[in-house]
Amino acid sequence: MDNEDVVIEVKGLKKSFGENVIINGIDLTVRKGETVVLIGPSGCGKSTLLRCLNGLEPIQEGSVLLHGEPVEYGKRSLYKIRQKIGMVFQDYGLFPHMTVLDNVMLAPLKVQKRAKDEVKKEAMALLERVGLGDKAKSYPSQLSGGQQQRAAIVRSLVVRPDIMLLDEITAALDPEMVHEVLNVVLDLAKNGSTMIIVTHEMAFAEAAANRVILMDGGVIVEENPPEKFFKDPDTERAKRFLSTFSYSR
Amino acid sequence: MDWSFITEYYPLYIESAVLTVTIGGLGIILSVIVGILCAIARYYRIPLLNGIAAAYTELSRNTPLIVQLFFLYFGLPKIGIVFSSETCGVVGLAFLGGGYMSESILSGLLSVRKTHLEAAASLGLNGFQTMTNVILPQAASVATPAVCANVIFLLKETSVFSAVSLADLMYTAKDLIGMYYSTTEALTMLVIAYLIIILPVSIVFTLLERRLHRAGI
Repeated sequence: MDNEDVVIEVKGLKKSFGENVIINGIDLTVRKGETVVLIGPSGCGKSTLLRCLNGLEPIQEGSVLLHGEPVEYGKRSLYKIRQKIGMVFQDYGLFPHMTVLDNVMLAPLKVQKRAKDEVKKEAMALLERVGLGDKAKSYPSQLSGGQQQRAAIVRSLVVRPDIMLLDEITAALDPEMVHEVLNVVLDLAKNGSTMIIVTHEMAFAEAAANRVILMDGGVIVEENPPEKFFKDPDTERAKRFLSTFSYSR
Repeated sequence: MDWSFITEYYPLYIESAVLTVTIGGLGIILSVIVGILCAIARYYRIPLLNGIAAAYTELSRNTPLIVQLFFLYFGLPKIGIVFSSETCGVVGLAFLGGGYMSESILSGLLSVRKTHLEAAASLGLNGFQTMTNVILPQAASVATPAVCANVIFLLKETSVFSAVSLADLMYTAKDLIGMYYSTTEALTMLVIAYLIIILPVSIVFTLLERRLHRAGI
């Protein structure tokens, strides 16, 4: 396998809050164009893992490399590296005092210092693509949760990141909105975006993932392509986890 | 009511009102600057400055303005630092107001949600860009009502300026009462003068708050 394809590489990652060990030794490599879906019970460390990949949390052991460059919490180099990592949060995080378009254009203009005309064209094209062309001038409070989350995805995309990290982005939405947001993500996955997605939506995981990773207790329990993982998982833990999503009487 | 008294002496009130507004205005502008600096020191927990700002806030908010003014006007000259009455008024008001402003502005800064800070960080914004583009605009709208209340409070506090020989409105009224015993006229004009100064400020602030409220921020 070609090393140039590696976007993010995690080696021996350990993370704890005080005595509480959240991530207990994780190795993970994500290649260009891959969509990796992280699943697992609440508190298994999957969201924390994503946050460590973006340098939002200090880590105790191991390393995170983006294209070979270390991602380190609190370092100056983070500002540059983070432009290559897009992150979308559960509660959207759109800035309430700016219109959708201003939210989307903030980073390209202020951080990347790109030309306004070009940024605006790209921003509008992306907003159109996720069905928000007519909402560009609206404020986040005027949008539904699903619309806000799609706008937040566009805000991350417009920076042209090498990898997108999606942290339970539909957890706060009602079912119809979940669908509209995940369709956008699925479209990205099909078009070769590199992504790590934390989700509880199993049907979506099956459709979007190239690789499914089950975490529990701060470690990777099973890692398999979706066809294998959902039909015939290797571990008992995965079987037990998947059984919680089906009902029978 | 002796109307001739009023027509004769109202120019004195205008003169002292100008002084009240000038010294008060300067003091308030300074207090906002002091408040922003202290709030930022405390928000980022800048070592040393955080402690100084916190201690200053408590000291300024928990001592009366008149004591602070006496300290500036009568105390400091004992150790060789002499300020004019005007300087004492401005500095004293800024000292008192800085503490109140710092509390109001800090609460605005702290109201910005963590997700917004993390979203800004993950977009690659540095600390300064986050402060100017994300934190301050949101903090400003949250802090505005409290800051406006402080401004009106400080305008009223200027009435103790006469204690350091500043010929402000209160001073003029007391002077006229002392000289002519026209208590009713002098006090009526005093109340009207304060209303003329403070009421428009209060109305403008109310409109401003209503607008912020409508913007839903």
